[in-house]
Amino acid sequence: MTGVKAEWPLYEVFVRGKRGLNHVHVGSLHAPDDQMALRHARDVYTRRNEGVSIWVVRSSAITASSPDEKDPLFAPSGDKVYRHPTFYDIPADVPHM
Amino acid sequence: MTAVADEAVLQSSFDSTIAHNDRIEPRDWMPEDYRKTLVRQIAQHAHSEIIGMQPEGNWISRAPSLRRKAILLAKVQDEAGHGLYLYSACETLGVSREELTQKLMSGAQKYSSIFNYPTLSYADVGTIGWLVDGAAICNQVPLCRTSYGPYGRAMIRICKEESFHQRQGYELLMTMMRGTDEQRAMVQESVDRFWWPALMMFGPPDGDSPNTERSMAWGIKRHTNDELRQRMVDMTVPQAEALGVTLPDPDLRWNEERGSYDFGEVDWEEFWAVVKGNGPCNEQRLAHRRQAYDDGAWVREAALAFAASAGRVASASEDSAGRVASASERIETKEETR
Repeated sequence: MTGVKAEWPLYEVFVRGKRGLNHVHVGSLHAPDDQMALRHARDVYTRRNEGVSIWVVRSSAITASSPDEKDPLFAPSGDKVYRHPTFYDIPADVPHM
Repeated sequence: MTAVADEAVLQSSFDSTIAHNDRIEPRDWMPEDYRKTLVRQIAQHAHSEIIGMQPEGNWISRAPSLRRKAILLAKVQDEAGHGLYLYSACETLGVSREELTQKLMSGAQKYSSIFNYPTLSYADVGTIGWLVDGAAICNQVPLCRTSYGPYGRAMIRICKEESFHQRQGYELLMTMMRGTDEQRAMVQESVDRFWWPALMMFGPPDGDSPNTERSMAWGIKRHTNDELRQRMVDMTVPQAEALGVTLPDPDLRWNEERGSYDFGEVDWEEFWAVVKGNGPCNEQRLAHRRQAYDDGAWVREAALAFAASAGRVASASEDSAGRVASASERIETKEETR
């Protein structure tokens, strides 16, 4: 039978590899609800101790910057070289700088 | 700005990303043919993992020991996982899971022909791990550097796990080779059946592979079919010697000049016959997949109904379009800039 058209919603999965690290996006999966998404994420993405904590979030809940806005969004930081430590000339013999 | 000029700007930005060996990501503009080629290749790959569960799954209930059974279960579960990583990557290109599933079941999209061969003895579990997964590794390691980000990331994950598959297979065969004459004969018979189909896994010879050149220019493929096939032969011959089996090819011999093994011609008529649906198990594999899909329908429906009744989900149908929406959004953005 092919009458089932409603798909399970899409979730994005984030895994913390070990304590002290951030959760990192590892992929996505379909699940009927949040709890099942977590269970599926465990089976699909952590079969070999890849993580100590999992986040799942509906893909539809994510707001992303658009690649088309890349320039107006990120270019302004490009000309602010004074934000980097290498902008400043300090004599080489000054210690611990 | 005219549409043509706009397209040219997008194209040149895409070309420069490829030229810099950078990755293309889901919401970037990409040529329609690049997208189509990726969908075809990733879907074929995902379907192969899913159908690939069947030949080995066939032996789970008859594994010779609890140890072998646990290993085989873990391996088949990995294949399911690999299929899911790849479906997930494919969906970032704006196709839905349902569409992919339907196209597999209708035969509109293909899976690797290797899985249309039967598994006749437990030695085949070992041979599949050694030769079939060995060929898959040859194919997949370079794909970790493919130009489409989500595909490359899925491949990295898969390659990490694939090594277990090959080693468990080789170890299984080594164990049988240390056994009785009958067991050694089983291994040889299995290798005889799988050697040529394993070499066919790399696809038709370069002369008959019209898409290879374009896929390589786009950085989707990193090596030609024949290059990878040669690499597989060179890697496998010493492994066969260590195992004590003969590879069924009278023309197989070391070529000092090339620094590689020469080998005989693959039976391409057989290859195309199996691709076109006339292999030993084509019908059985698809029938089994359809049966599993139909048998699982009530589970999918029940899970959705439960989620809806528990108020855990606002509207499944609205959300299922989430990823697809981001792809169409990409197209809309393009329209706006015109």
